Amino acid sequence: MPHVRCMRCRECGSEYPIEPLNVCELCFGPLEISYDYASIARSVSRQSIEKGPASMWRYHDFLPVDVEAAVDIGTGFTPLVPAKNLGRMLGLDHLYIKNDAVNPTYSFKDRPVSVTASKALEFEFEVLACVSTGNLMGSVAAHGARAGMETMVFFPATLEKEKIIGAAVYGSTLVAIDGTYDQANRFCSELADDNRWAFVNINMRPFYAEGSKTLGYEAVEQLGWRAPDHCVVPAASGELHTKIWKGIQEMTDVGLIDDARTRMHLAQPEGSSPIVEAFRAGLKHVKPVKPDTIAKSLAIGNPASGPFALETLAETGGAAVAALEEEVVEGIRLLAETEGIFTETAGGVVISGLRRLVEEGRIRNDEVTVAYVTGNGFKTIEVVENGVSPVRTAPNHEAFQTAMEARTARTRSAAVQPSTPGGKK
Amino acid sequence: MSVTIRIPTPIRRVTNGADKVSAKGETLRDVIDDMETQYPGAKARICDDQGEIRNFVNIYVNGEDVRFLGGLDTSTTSGDEISIVPAVAGGAA
Repeated sequence: MPHVRCMRCRECGSEYPIEPLNVCELCFGPLEISYDYASIARSVSRQSIEKGPASMWRYHDFLPVDVEAAVDIGTGFTPLVPAKNLGRMLGLDHLYIKNDAVNPTYSFKDRPVSVTASKALEFEFEVLACVSTGNLMGSVAAHGARAGMETMVFFPATLEKEKIIGAAVYGSTLVAIDGTYDQANRFCSELADDNRWAFVNINMRPFYAEGSKTLGYEAVEQLGWRAPDHCVVPAASGELHTKIWKGIQEMTDVGLIDDARTRMHLAQPEGSSPIVEAFRAGLKHVKPVKPDTIAKSLAIGNPASGPFALETLAETGGAAVAALEEEVVEGIRLLAETEGIFTETAGGVVISGLRRLVEEGRIRNDEVTVAYVTGNGFKTIEVVENGVSPVRTAPNHEAFQTAMEARTARTRSAAVQPSTPGGKK
Repeated sequence: MSVTIRIPTPIRRVTNGADKVSAKGETLRDVIDDMETQYPGAKARICDDQGEIRNFVNIYVNGEDVRFLGGLDTSTTSGDEISIVPAVAGGAA
């Protein structure tokens, strides 16, 4: 990590050496990695990056890990898909979906965890741990397996089955907490104080957070080295939103692009929208809420990076929008039916949030917009189970024809009911 | 009338390394003042110049965030467990 200077408190500016530490001893503010951008600028160019691997590690100069030491399971450089059909429906000429649901463990979490697992090995930790709303635990379990580390994952007991199995398969120790994510998080913060475990989103958080910047770099490169006019990002802790913006800004800091006037929007589900509420009320800090939402990956009532997300909204002229609970599944179906991309509930929140932003006139039709889809639909299959009824037929032509006619009749009678775009067919 | 307070790593320097301390008080405010008497410097780590809980500090009484209770005026009774936790821990998307 030739370009890392130190760790720096985001609140009071105190500086610390690079170690597994996430909180300023003086003010409790979060620590962030500080880089020597002049040094990065001397060693990277558009060409050097383009020649790199087709993964997030093509941007290793911007990460706090030596590329040779990276625990890499093939994460990143995911498709930026021109969303012509969805764009037409919403009235946007240049809409793109950043499809990060196709990472090795099917969510963007592989980016921060790849960085953290590498760093945990460097610090000689033997246990990689996390507290998770679902996607993180699968990623921690996979990277730990690859790195030869023991893994322990903590999660609220009400989590979707797919996410629990998706961590168990890698041989992880699973700990289901009877309580909410916020309660699990408090408990794990105390465990992290008392055990020498690399908790990726607690004591390792400054390194963890850096991995998400690569979602900003990739969008810029894949748009042909230009910053988007708008980004729409799902928010739970609010960290991803701020880190995508940090990534885009760093592209200008090192001269890879001239300027970035991206408006950074964020979307939360109505049932867990403390950042949106603070944004609407014009507050600088977030009041915690008790989440009640089907978008479990976004069910954080006490968002750790809430104040920084609010700062990013203010700095970039972005907006925070909430998707109504019933719009979450509508958003999932709309994206699937228009673009062939199947996302989890967080992606449904983003697509419905995008629609709201367009309705509110915040995005003009000729502006370049990137909507981030950060998790895979197969992880929250239960929310789209209802109404799935295949045509059932014996394997002969007559039975098939009868069955299809019955289906057509059913569809016609259903079509009499008014429906919204993307609603059930 | 004493409560137990779990001390996070960043404050343990002030508590001479102790990860748990006892203090007395009928409200959280009193408890923190009592802690300050026992361990000078502790309060400044937890509260800002106005005496309010710092932005990046979360305090829980028996596992409940005091922002859902009465903040510094939350009443405390003997045997309560108080946790002081950095706000920036954890978090996913």
